[in-house]
Amino acid sequence: METFIQQLLNGLVLGSMYALVALGYTMVYGVLNLINFAHGDVLMIGAMLGLTILQLLEAHVPGLPGYVQLALAILGAIPLTMLVSILIERVAYRRLRNAPRLAPLITAIGVSILLQTFAMMIWGRSPLPFPQLLSPEPIVVGGAMISHTQVLLLVLAAVAMGALVLLVERTKMGRAMRAVAENPRVAGLMGVDANRVIVATFAIGAALAAVAGVMWGANYASITFTMGVLPGLKAFCAAVLGGIGNIYGAMLGGLLLGIIEALGAGYIGDLTGGFLGSHYQDIFAFVVLILVLTLRPSGIMGERVADRA
Amino acid sequence: MALLTFDTRHKPRQAYISMAAVLILMLVFPFVASQYGNSWVRIIDIALLYIMLALGLNIVVGFAGLLDLGYIAFFAVGAYLVGLFSSPQFAALLESLIYYSPAVGEALVAFFGPAIAQDGIHLSLWAIVPLAALCAALCGALLGAPTLKLRGDYLAIVTLGFGEIIRIFMNNLNDPINFTNGPQGINMIDPIRVFGVSLAGEPGSGASVMIGDYAMPSVNAYYFLFLAMVIATIFITGRLQHSRLGRAWVAIREDEIAAKAMGINTRNVKLLAFAMGASFGGVAGAMFGAFQGFVSPESFSLTESIAVLAMVVLGGIGHIPGVVLGGVLLAALPEVLRHVVDPAQQALFGKVIVEAEVLRQLLYGLALVGIMLVRPSGLWPSPNKEERPNAALAREEEEASTA
Repeated sequence: METFIQQLLNGLVLGSMYALVALGYTMVYGVLNLINFAHGDVLMIGAMLGLTILQLLEAHVPGLPGYVQLALAILGAIPLTMLVSILIERVAYRRLRNAPRLAPLITAIGVSILLQTFAMMIWGRSPLPFPQLLSPEPIVVGGAMISHTQVLLLVLAAVAMGALVLLVERTKMGRAMRAVAENPRVAGLMGVDANRVIVATFAIGAALAAVAGVMWGANYASITFTMGVLPGLKAFCAAVLGGIGNIYGAMLGGLLLGIIEALGAGYIGDLTGGFLGSHYQDIFAFVVLILVLTLRPSGIMGERVADRA
Repeated sequence: MALLTFDTRHKPRQAYISMAAVLILMLVFPFVASQYGNSWVRIIDIALLYIMLALGLNIVVGFAGLLDLGYIAFFAVGAYLVGLFSSPQFAALLESLIYYSPAVGEALVAFFGPAIAQDGIHLSLWAIVPLAALCAALCGALLGAPTLKLRGDYLAIVTLGFGEIIRIFMNNLNDPINFTNGPQGINMIDPIRVFGVSLAGEPGSGASVMIGDYAMPSVNAYYFLFLAMVIATIFITGRLQHSRLGRAWVAIREDEIAAKAMGINTRNVKLLAFAMGASFGGVAGAMFGAFQGFVSPESFSLTESIAVLAMVVLGGIGHIPGVVLGGVLLAALPEVLRHVVDPAQQALFGKVIVEAEVLRQLLYGLALVGIMLVRPSGLWPSPNKEERPNAALAREEEEASTA
């Protein structure tokens, strides 16, 4: 039972990070029908920028309490990451908006390679240690342990998602986003500036990814220039699992995927009599994805799109 | 591009002349290149395998319009097949099986005989190639079956997942039963033998292959084998494109419902696209394994799948000469850069400023972004507009948004 609660907590932590990144995928897909393959690397950029801010703080204003440092790192990383993402949209995607569908996919892959290469040139090849900022003392919940960083991560993820829901459901920009997602041309006729909406979408996605990136670093204490690839893939899986284009789907998909992965890694050894071990953890995301999509081809919360007539 | 045309239907004469010219160029190439060192020929050997992969993927993505992001898995299936059945690995497999479950293990040893338990299985090329094609085709159909209902991007992510699953299994299937030897990979794979001549050269010959009295470097021998296979692939895919089946693929790509209404069995036709595309990947993989002499999971990462897709899209999706061009560019150029960059910097600045690896990645990324921005339909798209999948897609989207 304790293992179960522990793995459930681990899964929630992992899942909320997936959810934050998945939101970026799903929102961009919603308005542009584009798989933004570089989004995982945007997470990496966020983490790297956060680390640089921490190092600057350490050098110029030493002695700040850990949570202030972390808050500043996140607050600083968000606008910078947003800028990077907006730049990517402007350079690599905007010109291809009416191009063949695979063209922006390939530029997205190119951007992903470029981001990794730049990061490698700026921050180096070897893994960088991410400082331990919050108290390392774990909190015990029902026999399971959770660190302060992880609690903060859960809170931040919840706040960020709540804010996003408010933004999408209650503000003018949110309504414009939904309109563009529904039908860009008609939205344009109604006076919605599609370009502004698209830029905003990229920026919001990047902000969420920056939060996830810095917290990823704080949680795992080490970051590298390739760290974005796997979380990016998993988050994309999560977005598809939930039904791509649907923000609630991305949240649900992310959490589900994290929990399934953690529980799977905890129990696969027992289930298969030791034949398969926890190093098969990464398989769960994909197996679950394939199973769910076989049963529900447009994801858990995806709308059933009628075949085009 | 205006000089070369491969449009046999509309300009047959020009097309045959340019084919002959390219063929002669390709036949002469290794003799010239090996003057400057065998590594140049080696680069082209690998590039030829990638071209084969790209042509196979072109069936799935280009003809049938099914976006496959895990294509390298079939390459892996072929490579590991040759690793298992053409090296001492099978002996290791039996040994671990005896340890894990003695009864089954002993039975298998008795079945295969003591020689195999000692040295593993060593099948010849003639058995491996059809086997690799068959196994990969089977995997392709297996992947295709649950994904028949999926559309566009959902399909992409499932195929991507499939590729990752295969890779993770290759990494971990060394325990408790040693199928793949884990991250170390399988070593000592037999070189390819054609009519008793080993293409790696006999031991002690200094990697030169004797054909009759004529000796040539091993890489050149592989070059001609791979060239023959690429030409066969081009021929087969070219014929497929204009066959009844190829037409059916295009019909599905353009409009699945209309295709169904015209009496096309979309399920079988899609499965065939997956299986046929995969079989080329499998054969290329088997060649790759035998050529390298070892296989390891590293060679089959997602990056490789993406690289092959990039070759197809960058070259000109659905257009065979374009795909070949994309393959040549993306497979050979990075390797050439690796050889050129460091000496060039030494000569220019006296020291290495940017590492070749970094610069290679940088240029690769820039090329993907830049070429797509300038030529969204690829470098060399089909001259017939209606053969371009993109034209149809763009039109369809326009109709959908105006309707």
